[in-house]
Amino acid sequence: MDENLKKRINDEIEKNEVCLFMKGTPEVPQCGFSLAVSNLLKHLDIKFKGFNVLEDNNLREGIKQYSDWPTIPQLYIKGEFIGGCDIIKEMFEKGDLQKKLTEKKISFKNNN
Amino acid sequence: MTLKLEEIKSLIKEAIPDAEISIEDLAGDENHYSATIRSKVFSGKSKIEQHKLVYKALRGKMGNELHALALNTLER
Repeated sequence: MDENLKKRINDEIEKNEVCLFMKGTPEVPQCGFSLAVSNLLKHLDIKFKGFNVLEDNNLREGIKQYSDWPTIPQLYIKGEFIGGCDIIKEMFEKGDLQKKLTEKKISFKNNN
Repeated sequence: MTLKLEEIKSLIKEAIPDAEISIEDLAGDENHYSATIRSKVFSGKSKIEQHKLVYKALRGKMGNELHALALNTLER
């Protein structure tokens, strides 16, 4: 993949502890899967940065190559690819996401 | 850009012969599916690796011809 784009993605996921590559913005998600993950992160009071791939087609195709993952949304925590919507929801339900957040020292609230 | 339910099933079967697959067409539009797939190949693999195996079976159709496929992969 394009080296500049790769570097750009690298920089962003290093600079921002929790990154969500999504369709739309955290305020106005434009796809049900992006909405679901964005809501989940908000529910846990996690500070995250959303990247709207609909505004940037290079990023949209680039992140798929970067992660070797064909779908959006994609969640990164401290540089680690966590997964797409199904995996994140499943991890949340099992408490594995909360474990991962604790491990990575990301602050969150366990709202029930 | 749609993909028939049977086509999805046969692509997965081809790549993962022992797969037990149940697929639902969520919106009746041949574009939003939910699938539960059970196979031995998932054993000992992370969820990311498990889903990647399914995406690989779909040969690049995921995210292109196929807009949405909610996945639940299980070891058997």
